[in-house]
Amino acid sequence: MSARIVVAGAALGGLRAAEQLRATGWTGRITIVGDEPHMPYNRPPLSKEALVGKAPFESLTFTPKASAADVEWRLGTKAVAARLDERAVVLDDGSTLSYDGLVVATGMRPRRLRCPGPLAGRHTVRTLSDARGLRDELTRPGARVVVVGAGFIGCEVAATAVGLGVAEVTVVDPLPLPLLGPLGELLARALLKRHEERGVRFALGAGVTGFEGRHRVRGVALSDGTVLPADVVVESVGSLANTEWLDGNGLDLSDGVLTDEHLRVGGRPDVVAVGDVARFPNARYDGVPRRVEHWSIPADTAKHAAKVLVAHLAGAGAGAGAGTGLAPFAPLPTFWSDQHEFRLQSFGAPVLGLGDVRVLDGDPDGHPDGDVLVGYHAGGRLAGVVALGGRAAASAAARWRARLLKQPALTV
Amino acid sequence: MKVVVDMTKCQDHGQCVFAAPDVFRMDDGGHLAHISDPDDALRDEVEEAADVCPLQAIRIED
Repeated sequence: MSARIVVAGAALGGLRAAEQLRATGWTGRITIVGDEPHMPYNRPPLSKEALVGKAPFESLTFTPKASAADVEWRLGTKAVAARLDERAVVLDDGSTLSYDGLVVATGMRPRRLRCPGPLAGRHTVRTLSDARGLRDELTRPGARVVVVGAGFIGCEVAATAVGLGVAEVTVVDPLPLPLLGPLGELLARALLKRHEERGVRFALGAGVTGFEGRHRVRGVALSDGTVLPADVVVESVGSLANTEWLDGNGLDLSDGVLTDEHLRVGGRPDVVAVGDVARFPNARYDGVPRRVEHWSIPADTAKHAAKVLVAHLAGAGAGAGAGTGLAPFAPLPTFWSDQHEFRLQSFGAPVLGLGDVRVLDGDPDGHPDGDVLVGYHAGGRLAGVVALGGRAAASAAARWRARLLKQPALTV
Repeated sequence: MKVVVDMTKCQDHGQCVFAAPDVFRMDDGGHLAHISDPDDALRDEVEEAADVCPLQAIRIED
């Protein structure tokens, strides 16, 4: 039987890994295993265009490249265990796949609140089926919506719900401002104002202690004693890495899968990780391994990991310590978030520069809907930029991207 | 090579401009413009542009 690479995970990271394996010259078999029944699809619209019905769910499916046409898809099937010493992955249908190379691309799942109360009416937004279920309930006349968690997903869903005509939308978060963690106070304050002006309500500085209602949610009880009436609850309180299937192989799975600077796992040259499950050091920054849940990361990691894995398999016999001939993985992070008519556009690593935030353009206290460009600095040097506003603001941020790319590694 | 951008999907993210600056650019209003019949030598960068489009609005027709 010919050599085979198994890709565990059939979302964007798994698809791009397969395409990049082909682009790098891998002609052996590729088998992709994924627990969802769907071919890989684009997730960002699930909290935005697809939730309002502007993008039909069917339109979100990626079109795989022609080079990946002979990939074997095992959809609706989940990897439940791995024996890396034997190069074998066990699936939930009882079968075992042996491999020459393994790509870990199992991604994340939403964290759920562990509070007493009914489950019906509580939603997360990660999969197509999540978005379908939420859409059905959001569009019921008079629905009162509580979003728990003022992160990117929470803020996007709240904006989308208001856009759909939902009259009562309240965002709950224990922190005093939305998106405070990733963006810092200056932009978080500006965002709060823009959301409130468009009808989103906030219950900040409060945690959720329970859900009220007998058979389905009727209210959300907060730590300050208030109860918010609710027919629909969206839980957007972070995510957990799907790594349980890798237990028992001596790997560091404390937050995703720890990799080296070439995305290799556990010192094994035949196992790489891609996408948001990979916790990798970025040579562009301080070398501290981090998971990055940006949309651009699956493609970036897949490209590098495929080269590393194919080089190893082509030069069979080379040990784990063998050089790859590649520079260490050093992607420039970028993300965006669309909320109401505004876009947040980021380049670089703002979180590394939250202690020194400077306005580069615009006036955050000026026109309430004006464009603002903010720079985040570490040790006096630019770590990242974020624009808030219209298309022109995003383009302005893009002009700083070249500068961030050219900078030598930033050590904080 | 023929490059088709579905302008009903495009939301002017500009990621394609970084990937294939010879083919895509943002005009002064921050909206996308592109060359529809670029030289075949640019195929790799156009494929990269299609990959990184957040809306998957770029199609290459041979």
